[in-house]
Amino acid sequence: MVRYIAKRVLLSVFTLWLVATITFALMFMVPGGPFLAEKTPSAATLEALNQKYGLDQPKIVQYRNYMVKFIQGDMGVSLKQRGRTVSQIISTGFKVSAKIGGLSILIAVLIGVPLGCIAALNRGKWLDNVIIVVATCGIAVPSFVVATILMIIFSVKLGILPTYGLTSWQHYLMPVAALAFYPTAYISRLMRSSMLEVLGQDYMRTARAKGLSQFWMLFKHALRNAILPVVTYLGPLIAYTLTGSFVVEKIFTIPGLGNAFISSILNRDYTMIMGTTIFLAALIILMNLVVDVAYKIIDPRIKLK
Amino acid sequence: MKEKKNPLSFQLDVSDFLPANKEEKESLVIMRESVSFWRDGLRRFEKNKIAMTSFIIIILVFIFAFVMPQFYPYSYEQQIRGSENLAPMAYSEPELALKAAGEKVFPHILGTDSLGRDTMIRLMMGSRISLLVGLVASILVLLIGSIYGTVAGYFGGKVDLFMMRIVDIIYTVPDILIIILLMVTLKYPLKDLAETVPAFSWINVIGVGLICIFIVFSLLYWVGMARIVRSQVLTLKEQEYVTAARALGAGSGRIIRKHLLTNSMGTLIVTTTLQIPSAIFTESFLSFIGIGVAAPMPSLGSMASTAIDGIYSYPYRLLAPALMISLIILSFNLLGDGLRDAFDPKLKN
Amino acid sequence: MSELLLNIQNERLSFFTPAGEVKALNDISIQMYEGDVLGIVGESGSGKSVTAYSIMQLLPHTGRIIGGTIDFNGHRINDMTEQDMRKIRGNEVSIIFQDPMTSLNPVYTIGNQICEVIKLHTNKNKKQALERAEELLSLVGINEPRKRLKQYPHELSGGMRQRVMIAIALACEPKLLIADEPTTALDVTIQAQILELMIDLKEQLGMSIIMITHDLGIVANMCQKIAVMYAGKIVEYGPVDEIFYNPQHEYTKGLLRSIPKLSEKEHNRLVPIEGTPVDMLNPPKGCPFAPRCDSCMKICLREMPQYTTINDGHLSACWLLQKKEFMQGGEEN
Repeated sequence: MVRYIAKRVLLSVFTLWLVATITFALMFMVPGGPFLAEKTPSAATLEALNQKYGLDQPKIVQYRNYMVKFIQGDMGVSLKQRGRTVSQIISTGFKVSAKIGGLSILIAVLIGVPLGCIAALNRGKWLDNVIIVVATCGIAVPSFVVATILMIIFSVKLGILPTYGLTSWQHYLMPVAALAFYPTAYISRLMRSSMLEVLGQDYMRTARAKGLSQFWMLFKHALRNAILPVVTYLGPLIAYTLTGSFVVEKIFTIPGLGNAFISSILNRDYTMIMGTTIFLAALIILMNLVVDVAYKIIDPRIKLK
Repeated sequence: MKEKKNPLSFQLDVSDFLPANKEEKESLVIMRESVSFWRDGLRRFEKNKIAMTSFIIIILVFIFAFVMPQFYPYSYEQQIRGSENLAPMAYSEPELALKAAGEKVFPHILGTDSLGRDTMIRLMMGSRISLLVGLVASILVLLIGSIYGTVAGYFGGKVDLFMMRIVDIIYTVPDILIIILLMVTLKYPLKDLAETVPAFSWINVIGVGLICIFIVFSLLYWVGMARIVRSQVLTLKEQEYVTAARALGAGSGRIIRKHLLTNSMGTLIVTTTLQIPSAIFTESFLSFIGIGVAAPMPSLGSMASTAIDGIYSYPYRLLAPALMISLIILSFNLLGDGLRDAFDPKLKN
Repeated sequence: MSELLLNIQNERLSFFTPAGEVKALNDISIQMYEGDVLGIVGESGSGKSVTAYSIMQLLPHTGRIIGGTIDFNGHRINDMTEQDMRKIRGNEVSIIFQDPMTSLNPVYTIGNQICEVIKLHTNKNKKQALERAEELLSLVGINEPRKRLKQYPHELSGGMRQRVMIAIALACEPKLLIADEPTTALDVTIQAQILELMIDLKEQLGMSIIMITHDLGIVANMCQKIAVMYAGKIVEYGPVDEIFYNPQHEYTKGLLRSIPKLSEKEHNRLVPIEGTPVDMLNPPKGCPFAPRCDSCMKICLREMPQYTTINDGHLSACWLLQKKEFMQGGEEN
């Protein structure tokens, strides 16, 4: 197990380095620089700014400088938001995004898993059909559609929920709901088909032959086997929640990390781009590792290489 | 002495004990006709009402996106002065004047946007983009993934190991991040290419944004398909070795190939069909955050995005692209589900 | 005189499926006394497993007893609720299934799965249950029992898994053990070991066994009585020697003929039974075996044959036997 984790960590570091390098290379494919958008400075000012931020040096040198500083934990200063370091911006943004993202994942699991089980246990009956229909629609509707429709209903027509900011708990309702919609639907479907497969297995029959009650058959024997695909899905789910946050934060004007990432790209804030990309990539890779290890703990059959 | 046989009596008769002939026996045996795999699958698919409905809806959407614009009097970038922000089916002052003068003015079925562009035609064009992206991206993924997977599976050994390592790395890299970065950055070299090298001028015709999306998909999304194809090829190889060992000759080999191909084909079709809605989703997502196809070409995602600002006054401008996108993705998902239920040998009913 | 343990009288059972009513069991009667070993023989779809499962009410809810009675160990099974059944499952009557690979839950240890049934029906605490589990593993011939308790099913071989299943089945010392093709999924050598184990355990614990199989070789060794089933009906029933040396039903004869014999000359072809099994959605009115029977008569296609008693304890349902009687009766007239 330890060897497995060590190997994965190594692979992760390599991938992160790859992501950083690709990002760096791509940034400089874009003509123009971070300062051209502002009121056109004179050539001298431009040169001074570039020099200050080390942008006048050859790309390779810039790359090396960045890498060296990065390993020491210094991600540099934001080129656009004067006076704030990249680390600062990332940490404030992340706190916000993590709350919303975490809540939506929690809701997706806490609602999706039971829904899927209920559907599987009532297979063919109207309850099952209703759940299937709702879930199928749920996975077809993109998060921005859900967000905007929620906005129309609750803010425009009913006027009971605010459209931007994050100051009260009501502010959390719509963004979290919008973000949780797709995963809840997906997990319901996944759980349903997984549970159906498990319920038809021979060991369920053995459990019944022992004299176990329905309750124990379900919660001890079926659930642990059926939940495995859902655990596998948690990895991509984290990634999805992240990208979903780009959309949700934009629509509801939430100062999260996703928003910071997108605007840094559009603004050509090089240091922010590097910082946020690497951070986000690291987050996704780390969560995938955690999920894989959790899977191994739940299912003793899996031999991870 | 033979007694008259009363049909209701249970009395046995000597004649009952005569041997039964072949016809009498066979009348009791019901044999089920055997059907070919494709016909069987097609039949199952046709019975599936939901799948058939989605199929029809998709056809209708295609007509909506590709055929109807030819007959529509407005074009997507056409800005009609004086007709901004019209409600659905409303006419603007200049248009009313034209009508009074006796001219025929085609109504704006879904109104116009803030620049006076007809929403309906933009919806059609946006759908066209979505469908194009969905189909082309999926075909690209299918081609690249199949070739890669076949090569890796066929050659095996070190080649396979190396190729699969690359797949693992691509899998680990968070694709959305790279896609976003690529979308923003690829525009420039592509534009340069289109302008400087005459052989590539078609890039401008199709649109740099679209080409970007296709390139991005080709670079990152084929890995899933490659894995599936590779495992099919590996199974096929194993079968062939077994055949060789049994020395049954080329005839059996061809039969096995035919069977396995049919099996793989089913999986491939389903996987590709389910790839389409995910591609469409990604395109609309990218357009929504502002890095998809460039204006004035509409995309359902960008239409939704711009409509948010006017959400209080013109909610329909948001609903139209939102519902359209949901409809397209839902239909393809249901179609894929239906295909899988029809052609997957492991029936779970 | 031993007690009557199991008394099935004229059981009829059908599955109510979306495709229609599948008449799985058609007038089944079985009597078993304590210590009996009964073999139920038949091909797939004959209803042999269904009969056994109906004793434990293990069928899916689509399967319902629509006629007859089942009495087991003083319980009227038809009338029992699911809650009542749970008390006797794994306790008074146990079952081992065909495929040991899939019959054990892959995510729990062997110890966990054995202790589960012990704690369900006894008052033992965790420690006592584990001790008993270890005892059971030794009983069924598994070495290093303490180590095995902590292992998972996928770490054991097929034969060992089946032994674990037997251990689970015997944990609460049931009166009746049902074995549903317990060796079909195992290698031939392991098969012999498992069967020997079962015979030993029967001697030691004095329980009754129902052995369900399509393999006549197995029943010859183990069982005293045999019921031959076809299409939901017992076509022949009797002591093992009678069945093997004096078979009366055409189907039984066909089964015995189809066994390849070592003594036969090499160029003799195998003798299969021609034809295909019955469609249980639309079972024929007459004898279900009629279309495949070489001696089929007109009456066979029309009406279900009654049971003819050949001698003590040996019955068969065939019009050929009734014909003999009829002819003799006719001549006397």
